[in-house]
Amino acid sequence: MTLDSRIPPGPIAEKWDSHRFSMKLVNPSNKRRFEIIIVGSGLAGASAAATLGELGYRVKVVTFHDSPRRAHSIAAQGGINAAKNYPNDGDSIHRLFYDTVKGGDYRSREANVHRLAQVSLNIIDQCVAQGVPFAREYGGLLDNRSFGGAQVSRTFYARGQTGQQLLLGAYQAMARQIALGNVELHNRTEMLELVVKDGRTAGIVCRDLITGEVFSLSAHAVVLATGGYGNVFYLSTNAKNSNVTSIWRAARQGAYFANPCYTQIHPTCIPASDDFQSKLTLMSESLRNDGRIWVPERGDDDRVAGQIPEGDRDYYLERRYPAFGNLVPRDVASRASKREVDAGRGVGPMKNGVYLDFADAISRLGAPVIEERYGNLFQMYERITGEDPYKTPMRIYPAVHYTMGGLWVDYNLMSNLPGLFVLGEANFSDHGANRLGASALMQGLADGYFVIPYTIGDYLAPLLGEKPVPSDDSAFAAAETSVHDRVSALLSTNGTKSVDHFHRALGKVLWDNCGMGRTEQSLDKALSEIPAIREEFHRDVRVLGDGESFNQSLEKAGRVADYLEFAELMCLDARHRKESCGGHFREEYQTEEGEALRDDENFAYVAAWEWLGVGREPTLHKESLEFESVQLATRSYK
Amino acid sequence: MSEKMHMELKVWRQAGPGQPGRFVTYDAPGVSPDMSFLEMLDLVNERLVEDGEEPFAFDHDCREGICGSCGLMINGQAHGPERATATCQLHMRKFSDGDQVTVEPWRAAAFPVIKDLAVDRSTLDRIVEAGGYITVATGSAPDANLIPIPKPVADASMDAAACIGCGACVAACPNGAAQLFTSAKLQHLNLLPQGQAERWDRTISMVEEMESFFGSCTNHGECEEACPKSISIDFIALLNRDYVRAQLKQRRLAGQSFP
Ligand SMILES: Cc1cc2nc3c(=O)[nH]c(=O)nc-3n(C[C@H](O)[C@H](O)[C@H](O)COP(=O)(O)OP(=O)(O)OC[C@H]3O[C@@H](n4cnc5c(N)ncnc54)[C@H](O)[C@@H]3O)c2cc1C
Ligand code: FES
Repeated sequence: MTLDSRIPPGPIAEKWDSHRFSMKLVNPSNKRRFEIIIVGSGLAGASAAATLGELGYRVKVVTFHDSPRRAHSIAAQGGINAAKNYPNDGDSIHRLFYDTVKGGDYRSREANVHRLAQVSLNIIDQCVAQGVPFAREYGGLLDNRSFGGAQVSRTFYARGQTGQQLLLGAYQAMARQIALGNVELHNRTEMLELVVKDGRTAGIVCRDLITGEVFSLSAHAVVLATGGYGNVFYLSTNAKNSNVTSIWRAARQGAYFANPCYTQIHPTCIPASDDFQSKLTLMSESLRNDGRIWVPERGDDDRVAGQIPEGDRDYYLERRYPAFGNLVPRDVASRASKREVDAGRGVGPMKNGVYLDFADAISRLGAPVIEERYGNLFQMYERITGEDPYKTPMRIYPAVHYTMGGLWVDYNLMSNLPGLFVLGEANFSDHGANRLGASALMQGLADGYFVIPYTIGDYLAPLLGEKPVPSDDSAFAAAETSVHDRVSALLSTNGTKSVDHFHRALGKVLWDNCGMGRTEQSLDKALSEIPAIREEFHRDVRVLGDGESFNQSLEKAGRVADYLEFAELMCLDARHRKESCGGHFREEYQTEEGEALRDDENFAYVAAWEWLGVGREPTLHKESLEFESVQLATRSYK
Repeated sequence: MSEKMHMELKVWRQAGPGQPGRFVTYDAPGVSPDMSFLEMLDLVNERLVEDGEEPFAFDHDCREGICGSCGLMINGQAHGPERATATCQLHMRKFSDGDQVTVEPWRAAAFPVIKDLAVDRSTLDRIVEAGGYITVATGSAPDANLIPIPKPVADASMDAAACIGCGACVAACPNGAAQLFTSAKLQHLNLLPQGQAERWDRTISMVEEMESFFGSCTNHGECEEACPKSISIDFIALLNRDYVRAQLKQRRLAGQSFP
């Protein structure tokens, strides 16, 4: 199959408008004749459900959460970008577009990114009208801040709870549609299979997490908005239950998985304190504005931080990047910390962190100023570590944070499987090899509020009068059987080790070999170890309880089983991409100064993988990336 | 590294909705003070799996105090001993070596137990569905800066909107009332200029929906104490005020349209 990205012709700034005009429409009174399943109730899923329900489509929403409001989007802290240019500091749609393409290290599709920048304006309008209490100036107008090294202030925020407030807005809009009967909610329900019939997406198979009942839902189209797969690493900043299952199940049915190796590692997280650590907590990037990062010169220096004199400290970011210092981009800062820790200069009881020190800032500005800027973060840090950052430097270390890879989609956000749409972090579009801060929330809401409502109509219009494949069709029955079989296999393995044991083992292999730095050799190692863990998992996992009631170990086991297949694809992708770009750093491909070395000649493409079965080599499909509006250039932060 | 602690846990075990439950005591040695409360439970569960006993169920997700999934009665206190802290943000250093810790699910008529420590809180969603939104069709919004909102108003709305919907307020209330939750949602929207058009209808519908599931508020104030986000009970006063005004308006409107 050839990949048709369906990028509309014409100048970049006019593509979306002309495309909207050329797409087919579904007449308002016919919309109720179409059924749509949306899996996921995060920003992307909830905004899509609210909007499609309101347009008159018959929508079913499936989420494994007890309430749609608990989706992982709720945890986003920093903010959401939009090219409103309210501060009058030089922002524009074109600049946001340009920054996103550049930030993504020239591995994203220009047309999609431009549309994202365009609709960013509508997102803010929509959210304010819904009652999202964004931060305001004293004059009553919206406040903006600069984020993640951007040169303009285009980030809108609601204290440190932007994701929460945006999600509540979308959830409430969806709640209204639920009350009106336009959206049917299936909470505590997990999608475990995608059903494709005669080349079209026909529906999904789910498991009711409370009763264990396995059932099918059929529809004219399925929308996956199930978030990212950072938890494949076990430890990440993602919510514990975030997972790859829905998109992996789709990949197994033939949906192409694009750029699975592009993962973002966030530099400022609290390091693990214990082998029993269950997740990592992000500390806002803004801390790097005033904190100085350092490690002791000597790895065996056991003195407490305050007693290490200046001369025995290495402020390695300031030393290596004099121009940007502590403010180098996420990927650069992360790799530099890893280098120090790997060299044995890590700090803290497990020697797994670096210092982020506010002593200078406190003596320069006074503790009250620092408290005003970062008080809540300091408090959160103290709650977790028991250490007071006003007195002793914070310890930080990079952690997996976001996955740029995801299912391949065309300009309409439809995968290569007709009728399967993918939104939000679950798709690969927009962020290339590296995502800019505050742009994931923007993308989720752009996809759900302003893109899918148009593009899904173009797919549905010609299907008018056709009924969805009935959910008792043999295709559904076969998929249900496969779910039942997987569930019983997990329950009857009766091995000796817990699910978490395997998840931790997989996470360690990935972190060590397919994490911040990757090499041909490390990836070969991972590729030989993953199948062994997978084999042992299916032989020796112990999942207690039954399949007919609430069973969280069983849920986890299913997700880890999928990770164990997916992880291989991730490493294969990382091994095949013989260049460094954004979050993908192949140590063999770096400049003399240790910076990422892209290979535009050979790798300016999206790698879309077609899965062919466990243990079989997947097929690579390439979508080449054309840059017409942005000039390819090398990033430099010296 | 800090000394390990030895705890004794009394955990509520219940096989399913409507089934009888009981406390089971578990010995929990080797607890690090740096663990979060949920990580301590993970540890105990991991050992249960090793011993062939089914681990106990409890809801959790973000483990950052924002999603509202977690929520346990710890020694009789909703979310445990630390103020303004959700269960997932509570750390074991707040306990002492040798402590006995009782862990129970939220107890409230409107929150039936699903299994062990997990409860069904979907009645909170029903309250939101009854009117906890501002009607605005996607794409129809005016420019975001068209209506200035005084900063104190936006801040007060945000104070209310910070609610994470965990249900601790209900669990802490002797009457099992959901006034703090409902008032927080209501005032988040009622305080904003955008929320005015539907203010009175919203108030009536949400309060009535709430009353159909939850107990009545008799001003104990336990809810504010238990709230991991320190939502103020002043919002309940505002709910009561709005409710009275909404009823009056409803009567007047009805009087006008049907003389
Ligand atoms: C700590 C943290 C801070 C962040 N801060 C920012 C920020 O400041 N700005 C920014 O732009 N981005 C930020 N991000 C990134 C951003 O939050 C996410 O990328 C984004 O919210 C993802 O939204 P989503 O709608 O795609 O998916 P999610 O919010 O992850 O929602 C996924 C949904 O899918 C459901 N689901 C998944 N699988 C299944 C299944 N098999 N069956 C049924 N349901 C399923 C879940 O129940 C859930 O409802 C942050 C991320 C983290 C981890
Ligand atoms: S797990 Fe999300 S609030 Fe505790």
